[in-house]
Amino acid sequence: MSVRTHRAASPWLFLLPGLAVVAAFVLYPFLSTVQHAFTDARTLTPGVWVGLRNFQEMLHDPQFWTALRNSLLYVVVVVPCTVLLPLLVALLVEKPLKGVVFFRAAFYTPVVASVVVVALIWVWMLDDRGLLNSMLEMVGAGPVSFLGDAGLVLLCAMALTVWKGLGYYMIIYLAALAQVPRELHEAAAVDGAGPVRRFVTVTVPAVRSTMVLVGALSSVAAFKVFSEVYLLAGPTGGPAGEDSTLVMLVQRSGTGLSGRVGYASALSLVIFCIALLLMLLVLRADRKEKTE
Amino acid sequence: MLVVLAISIGPFLWQLSTSLKGPAENIYPSPPSFVPHDPTLANYAEVARIIPVWDYALNSLKVAAANVLTNCVGASLAGYALARLRFRGRTAAGLVFVAALLVPLESIIIAQFTTMRDLGLNNTLVAVVLPGSVGALNVLLMRNAFRALPYEVEEAAVVDGANVWQRFRRIALPSVKGTLAVVAIFAFMGAWDDFLWPLIVLSDPDHFTLTVGLNFLHGTFADKPRVVAAGTVIAVAPLIVMFACLQRYFFRGVGEGAVKG
Repeated sequence: MSVRTHRAASPWLFLLPGLAVVAAFVLYPFLSTVQHAFTDARTLTPGVWVGLRNFQEMLHDPQFWTALRNSLLYVVVVVPCTVLLPLLVALLVEKPLKGVVFFRAAFYTPVVASVVVVALIWVWMLDDRGLLNSMLEMVGAGPVSFLGDAGLVLLCAMALTVWKGLGYYMIIYLAALAQVPRELHEAAAVDGAGPVRRFVTVTVPAVRSTMVLVGALSSVAAFKVFSEVYLLAGPTGGPAGEDSTLVMLVQRSGTGLSGRVGYASALSLVIFCIALLLMLLVLRADRKEKTE
Repeated sequence: MLVVLAISIGPFLWQLSTSLKGPAENIYPSPPSFVPHDPTLANYAEVARIIPVWDYALNSLKVAAANVLTNCVGASLAGYALARLRFRGRTAAGLVFVAALLVPLESIIIAQFTTMRDLGLNNTLVAVVLPGSVGALNVLLMRNAFRALPYEVEEAAVVDGANVWQRFRRIALPSVKGTLAVVAIFAFMGAWDDFLWPLIVLSDPDHFTLTVGLNFLHGTFADKPRVVAAGTVIAVAPLIVMFACLQRYFFRGVGEGAVKG
């Protein structure tokens, strides 16, 4: 190999591992998902082209509508919480006080722990005789069956998601807060603005683009929720699949020996499109605000 | 601040305390008590008797270590090429990684599963590692880190006759250690904590990773909360210890990346 060809080839040698993995395990599966979505493929049979039949079936599948409703509900409830709460926590640990490092690390702990572990702990806390209920009993309230009621399970899973993401988004906000000029706060304080007012007039505008980023990230993540609900409500998503989310439906219908790969792929495609749409919507909302 | 602290690590402490409580002790006291009266390690022995928890932990460790290695190597190589080398198709190559970032993994998981089956890798640990072995996000993180380096140093090396590989190894790579550490930590955590993909691709209990194994434990032995608690502590303790040791580096690295980004 002459020096010249070596030079021309070397960037590609550097890129090879990365490109190969991404092509083989992201782009190729994506294309084959699109292709499978229009076939009646099963786990062990390749399937034939059926056009839009999978999508038509979806429209008449009550499980699909339940799952879609749950996934969207998840976004509506979880996203505002993940945009605001981590910001407040970040403000708490922003100042370079002594010992604040410990708190930062502690608040990050739920992010580090596996969702399975976290869910097991929560199941245990929310149990009829668990920590939360024994606390409720102390104040004289009757036991609440958190995991026995379809609506409550979903709510608990949402709380779990917000709780687990708190530390992660806190870090993103910390990085943004570090760049807010201190003078702005001082000037506002001189003008007689209290902490709440300073938060609204100085902090929020300064980190607004970060809030949009967090909104976009968390809305896509919330829409794709799987583990939390799977673990709290059980593999079938509670009685009659009432708590099922879209990704759970994909997992349930697409795997196993008789898995309906075609139908699951069609569902996957719907997930992809809605996730993309959510991201575009959030980013669009940001641009609009900027131009106004 | 203390309230947030209680909320964020309280559940973990409670789980630890439950796992240490002896069989005679009421684990549903009212008011709840955190300190076990009769501390015992028997529950840990019990969990190891019911499921091969150490084998599962070893599987998880293998997967996580492999993931760290492949991500650090793959992402820094690709990131370096994208940031510092000029060649035809660079923009296109960069776009491939951005595009990959847009595809939610959850929406291609069935196709990944069939791809693995076609490769004959289903139900192996290799299959657990491969899809995430070079994360697109990590490539872009490394690209940003390399981009922030001044060009002058490398130019001097070119004059001295250093080739691409030497410049990468000796000059560029040592300067982005912070970002590399973040990539390594994220890769480790991602692999250790992942649940959906191993759940789908693994069917043989011998190959279970810790998360899948624990879910099994939970499903079958839900009536033995002390044992389940011990299992969760085994799963979470290594990560918390690792994170506690590396957190200074981690927070600094994240800050760096964000400022440069």
